[in-house]
Amino acid sequence: MIARLLLILALLLPFPALAQSASEPKLVPDVSQRNINIQSRFTGAELLMFGAIIYPRGVAPEGQVDVAVVLRGPTRPIILREKQQVAGMWVNADSIDFRSAPAYYAIASSRPIDKIVDARTAAIYELGLKRLQLSPTGEIQTSEVRRFTSGLVDLNRRDGLFAEAPGEVDITDQVLYRARLTLPSSVPEGRYVAETLLIRNGRVIVADDSVTVVISKTGFERFVTIMAQEYGLLYGAFAVLVSLFLGWFAGYVFGRL
Amino acid sequence: MDIYLPIAGLSVNIVVIILLGGAVGMLSGMFGVGGGFLTTPLLIFYGIPPTVAAASASTQVTGASVSGVFAHMRRGGVDFHMGAVLVVGGLLGTLFGAVLFELLEAWGQADTVINILYTLLLGGIGGLMAKDAWQSVSAKRSGKPVAASKRRHHPLVANLPGRWRFYRSGLYISPLAPLILGFLTGILTMLLGVGGGFIMVPAMLYILGMSANVVVGTSLFQILFVTMSSTMVHSLTTRAVDIVLAIFLLIGSVTGAQIGARLAQRMRPDYLRLLLAAIVLIVALRMGLGLGWRPDEIYTVQYL
Repeated sequence: MIARLLLILALLLPFPALAQSASEPKLVPDVSQRNINIQSRFTGAELLMFGAIIYPRGVAPEGQVDVAVVLRGPTRPIILREKQQVAGMWVNADSIDFRSAPAYYAIASSRPIDKIVDARTAAIYELGLKRLQLSPTGEIQTSEVRRFTSGLVDLNRRDGLFAEAPGEVDITDQVLYRARLTLPSSVPEGRYVAETLLIRNGRVIVADDSVTVVISKTGFERFVTIMAQEYGLLYGAFAVLVSLFLGWFAGYVFGRL
Repeated sequence: MDIYLPIAGLSVNIVVIILLGGAVGMLSGMFGVGGGFLTTPLLIFYGIPPTVAAASASTQVTGASVSGVFAHMRRGGVDFHMGAVLVVGGLLGTLFGAVLFELLEAWGQADTVINILYTLLLGGIGGLMAKDAWQSVSAKRSGKPVAASKRRHHPLVANLPGRWRFYRSGLYISPLAPLILGFLTGILTMLLGVGGGFIMVPAMLYILGMSANVVVGTSLFQILFVTMSSTMVHSLTTRAVDIVLAIFLLIGSVTGAQIGARLAQRMRPDYLRLLLAAIVLIVALRMGLGLGWRPDEIYTVQYL
């Protein structure tokens, strides 16, 4: 990996002309894996998000630059239910519809987000778990949306599907950056977008979301899922036959012992 | 050793799943119950989505009951006539259960209803079994003979219209009674992923008044067909049967069932029943407490 980083650096630095616009720096982001295959030994994955910052004329500016990387899973509509105590029992009492809840969201930054951008910019770029835009439907009070949003964030954080890692982006010589993000085994399939933001003086200078990661089941796992989804009758019959066979077989084997 | 479950969508430790299946299988071998009432809650507790847990548990119960059915068939312990009526009721029950499940999901109360059902059913049945077993244990200890309770069916059953003869069960009753019983357990199979043996057996003894030597065999016969049907219905509606999960559960449980059956021959039946009652009551208590205590996580996501 380091070799790859150095290679990028070696290739790009001598050619400052590659950075087209004269005044703005450019980002060259990449990830360690563009395709993550879910197969039987899949227990989650670790993604290294890395890249280089190319400055005009190859000169790093004065002062500190910050980098934030965001990995976002496919969004989907959900109903989030909240349990409340009713007559001594905890039952689902309240609920909210979110039209676009990301299945996965992880952000890493070189310093805490609040310290590197102002609240407005952070909200525009959806930086941080508390700023996720989930598009609630219906007429709901802001306080309620906030309560449910933090409920969803808390739930998904426990499952490792949402993560926030301030200070986890390492920047070397103001040029190379890298961050590690972990994906739990329960990550849904889909197209994940990796966004990298270059921040200086509280302003997002460059935002690049050209890198995508595709997570998909392969081989046997893909076959089983397709069978279960598309050919329910065949799948069910097979499940029944397997269970009948295993039950009968155990009886037969033990009967001989 | 971890393995990814394609339908549940997460990875689990195979050893844990096989041991879980084995422990439940041992109980089912010892007591002649399917053990689904333990598998489903334990799987949910382990982090498997509830629907996948219930669907895959019913597949597992099929496997666990096969060898039992054969064993009872060989010694004439299955009343096929009665079994057929129960199965018809059970099949209707699983279909009705599927509709009920979808309604509960849409209403958002599936978890709560399932928890309440578990608590009430297991608590009630466990209590009855414990009382019964305790009486016979203490009667034996004090040397007094157990007062043989007269076998007869419940007055409600006697009032149902139309009567059929069920020779092996020694009954002349309306087929509606076993049909309704089968229907109710079919619903439970679909909702809870249980075979329903723990309800079936006492109901056959105390409500239908069947002769004791065909009760377990006939109940297993019904469980076999109803769990098969429930696997099919799940495969076609919820699509939540995880074949990988089911196979590892089965490997554990079919082995455990054989070991359990051998253990049971060495134990005194009264103590065996007392033990089963204790296990059932513990599960009921755990479920009941789960309803009353503030849960660790009060939010749940339902995908649209």
